Amino acid sequence: MQQRRLASGGRIDRSKPIKFRFNDKTLEAYKGDSLASALIANGIDVVGRSFKYHRPRGIVGSGAEEPNAILQVGEGAKTVPNLRATQVEIYDGLVAEVVNGWPSVEKDLGSINNIFARLLPAGFYYKTFMHPQKLWHKYEEIIRKAAGLGRSPALPDPDRYEKLNHHCDVLVVGGGICGLCAAVAAARSGARVTVIDDQSEFGGRQLDNRYQINGASSMEYVESLVDELSTSENVTLLPRTCAYGYLDHNFLVAVEKVTDHNPSAFSPNTPRERMWRIRAKHVVLATGAFERPLVFHNNDKPGVMIASAVSAYVNRYGVRPGKRFVFFVNNDSAYRAVLDCIEVGVDVEAVIDSRNNSQGDLVAQVRNNGVRIFNQHVVTDVKGSSRVEGVSIAAIDKQMQIIAGTTKQLDCNTLAVSGGWSPAVHLFAQSGGKARWDDELACFVPGQSMQAAQSSCGSANGTFALGKSIHQAFQVGVDAAQASGFQAQLPDMPEVVDEDEAPIQALWLVPSPHKDRQGPKQFVDYQNDTAAADIKLAIQEGYKSIEHIKRYTALGFGTDQGKLGNINGMAIAAQTLGQSIPETGTTTFRPAYTPVTFGAIAGPELGDLFDPIRKTAMHAWHVENGAEFENVGQWKRPWYYPKAGEDIHAAVNRECKATRDSVGIMDASTLGKIDIKGPDAAEFLNRMYTNAWSKLGVGRCRYGLMLGEDGMVMDDGVTTRVGENHFYMTTTTGGAANVMAWLERWLQTEWPELKVLLTSVTDHWATIGLAGPNSRKVIEKICPDIDFDPEAFPFMSMQEGAIAGVTGRVFRISFSGELCYEINVPANYGRHVWEACMQAGEEFNITPYGTESMHVLRAEKGFIIVGQDTDGSVTPIDLGMNWIVSKTKDFIGRRSLSRSDCVRENRKELVGLKTEISHQVIPEGAQLVADANVTEPPVPMIGHVTSSYYSACLGHSIAMALIKGGHSKMGQKVYAPLADGRTLVAEICSPVFYDSNPNNP
Amino acid sequence: MLQITCPYCGPRDQDEFTFGGEAHIVRPLDPDSLSEREWGDYLFMRENPKGNHKEQWCHSAACGKWFNVVRDTVTYEIKAIYKVGEQAPEEETCKSHQPEPEND
Repeated sequence: MQQRRLASGGRIDRSKPIKFRFNDKTLEAYKGDSLASALIANGIDVVGRSFKYHRPRGIVGSGAEEPNAILQVGEGAKTVPNLRATQVEIYDGLVAEVVNGWPSVEKDLGSINNIFARLLPAGFYYKTFMHPQKLWHKYEEIIRKAAGLGRSPALPDPDRYEKLNHHCDVLVVGGGICGLCAAVAAARSGARVTVIDDQSEFGGRQLDNRYQINGASSMEYVESLVDELSTSENVTLLPRTCAYGYLDHNFLVAVEKVTDHNPSAFSPNTPRERMWRIRAKHVVLATGAFERPLVFHNNDKPGVMIASAVSAYVNRYGVRPGKRFVFFVNNDSAYRAVLDCIEVGVDVEAVIDSRNNSQGDLVAQVRNNGVRIFNQHVVTDVKGSSRVEGVSIAAIDKQMQIIAGTTKQLDCNTLAVSGGWSPAVHLFAQSGGKARWDDELACFVPGQSMQAAQSSCGSANGTFALGKSIHQAFQVGVDAAQASGFQAQLPDMPEVVDEDEAPIQALWLVPSPHKDRQGPKQFVDYQNDTAAADIKLAIQEGYKSIEHIKRYTALGFGTDQGKLGNINGMAIAAQTLGQSIPETGTTTFRPAYTPVTFGAIAGPELGDLFDPIRKTAMHAWHVENGAEFENVGQWKRPWYYPKAGEDIHAAVNRECKATRDSVGIMDASTLGKIDIKGPDAAEFLNRMYTNAWSKLGVGRCRYGLMLGEDGMVMDDGVTTRVGENHFYMTTTTGGAANVMAWLERWLQTEWPELKVLLTSVTDHWATIGLAGPNSRKVIEKICPDIDFDPEAFPFMSMQEGAIAGVTGRVFRISFSGELCYEINVPANYGRHVWEACMQAGEEFNITPYGTESMHVLRAEKGFIIVGQDTDGSVTPIDLGMNWIVSKTKDFIGRRSLSRSDCVRENRKELVGLKTEISHQVIPEGAQLVADANVTEPPVPMIGHVTSSYYSACLGHSIAMALIKGGHSKMGQKVYAPLADGRTLVAEICSPVFYDSNPNNP
Repeated sequence: MLQITCPYCGPRDQDEFTFGGEAHIVRPLDPDSLSEREWGDYLFMRENPKGNHKEQWCHSAACGKWFNVVRDTVTYEIKAIYKVGEQAPEEETCKSHQPEPEND
């Protein structure tokens, strides 16, 4: 039974009952309800326990501002934590529960914290749990458990989310009456207009209130606007869409709830939520305003509600949030809610108004209805435990002091409060705009905008009266269209009579009959249990900046981002500091305006779609032949090819041995490849590489080392002169894109006079390395028209010809120290040629090897891998590669090699390491020390291990390391103390461990 | 997110571009004639103005072309875009459409 449902009225459909579950109870609501209105209809008062003191809390608001009714909605993998019940549309079968009451929301054991509240002041956690520091993670675990909000789903999200890019001339944020008026004014000009609104229905506050336009309900006018917009081809209407971020250059992000409100409509083709990334020529902010609560003792009892929410529940949802009301206000607008209560026959005991008088039209209407108004009075306390049972009021004098002995008790079960309105300047401020304090309205309004094309209108702009705000919205809409290049005309004003309103009287902290910081809590931020006393304490302890006060007291830190409490809190801080509110300022408004699901942010970019996967032309062969793969950037590279029963060590030992003894084959297609053409190509390479290129003969190859302008090694690879003005560069797999961009940048921005054309051809060529003493015998079989005689085809040269029938290039280069031929064929023929090699090599036991064996083979030879043996702080001199650094020409980075830091003593230098116990392999990254006996930190580190393997061919482990002054420490001992307690001993040696055929591999 | 008008392709989202830092840093023609401090300045020292900043951008996800941008580091407004090798616009032509920010 919906005990608090009104017999008639509201925008709900009484012919469509809906069943839902709340805390394991099945309840009934109607279509059109929010979860909050459904709970109120069913007489649910307590919807949660507060964060710190575990006090019972009820529904306070009716929209995005709600701090208390944050619920777990849905079950299993689809559950969503911390949804504001006020923004959840009810649907059949909805399941919701409170997030933070244990064992139940009615009897919460944590509420013992409430009794000790005085012991839990601002900064309590920081002060109490700081020492000993080591235990912080233990404390944190317990604190999180006690304070926890909702729980994230334990299963992967089964739903689909999508992203959509959208462009428009005029974007209107907020589908209240001002947003709609601005949209109509702009759309009539032909401009592409988009209107987004977070609610299921357009209309904003008109849904909640009983305004008159053209002598009828304002909703009739709203409907006529929506009709016009929805039939205009140039207009996109996005209800249930919340703009949560406003970034530079009028770029906004918004999330549309597509099937959130109606899970039965979910299908594999329909996303649950859709993220809109919107770029607009002009943005109109019609985001409305939030009503502020008032700050007084026990102002958090269930049954205390903001006045505008009372109007929303009565008028929009047809529910009665209470039986007997007291209103506590400082302005005229809240009298609208009093009239709403009278209209539906709810008792209003009294209105407590802090002002000494008001002659406003609404006040007069209330007075004419016989409701008692206590002017120059305040509410000093609230009685009741799990629901308001009455209030204490007292008279105040002109200095806002409570007049002794004037306290009265009033009977009520609901206290509606209004401290005035704060324009929702969140998006405006996110976009860089500066909010300006308006003393007369007692609120921040949009000040100077940082965006070129942006305007605010209506209550978002501090224009609260309906007629005035419509007029303003029309004008803003016209201006927005014209600014976007359209001819627009001001629409006809409808007939609206704005009531006369008396001014608001700022009231930030209600005077208290108690001594400072005594008496029950006066809550400022409900969600974080931040009370006025906490703010005062923070200031007493020396915090003066509002940003620091926020962080110390957690003011505005909740999922509601302080939409209700922040302005009150800032004003209380200003008062305490003895300065004005604009001097104190606001905290920074940041996205997200309301919480956004990770699903919406991730969109479809999950799993296989998270990042592209690059596969070589031979990938399928590797898979068929049991390769294990390693990720190198986006590439999948064969890591090793285990045979039955082999682990990685056994496989790598076998692969290395087969290569050194006979022949190995490797897929090297992932190497970066850049085709360089033009008359200045050689000169360009001279400038980019440390060594000289002009005299390289056609058909010859050369190893090159590329530095940054700071002299540090950036990339390396072999480049071949294919023709007089044509070079073919290879780069490291991971560095390919960077090197290409680096070369392009120098050509375009520094040397545009050089005639050089670069083309990335990484994916165009499949590369197959044949290495080992029998490699020539294999390749000869498939390249009948290439002469492999060492005289005709020497080391570091290239031949073109047919390879297994495919025209390609063969390079005689080596990264293993063995005789090696690297075959390049157009990628589509990669697998064909690979298989031809395998077949030709069968009689030589040709063995495919992966990146792990490649690493071992190159490390045995002392060849570096840029990015593994170097880290951006290593010069060629540090690597002992002086031989490749030209003394006779300039190149990028050369001048830096003579900077004082690059020539100082004791730089880290690349050396080899041999462990004392030959089978021990030092872990890569291990720190090295000179003296194993020093164990008390700080232990001086002299270097670290960059590469380390077991060499089956040599029968001992090999490692490369960067060690301070390493080149002059040959033969010295270093120690590697490991996390497991062992200390490995090694001797510094040359990094070249294997030198079978040094001159002519 | 900025919207940048590539001089070759037209207006595109910042996602498509790579930032290249301060523009008009000319590589010294004779590095050896520079003192260590002068070379260090060329390598590492950059302007960090509050206001108009001349900087390089590359339309890396599309045409791959580098070009220059004058961007206000306070408002992020893009005041001018010009190709490599073109003269930087006079400060006069880089005036904002907006009033000067209030002093605070």
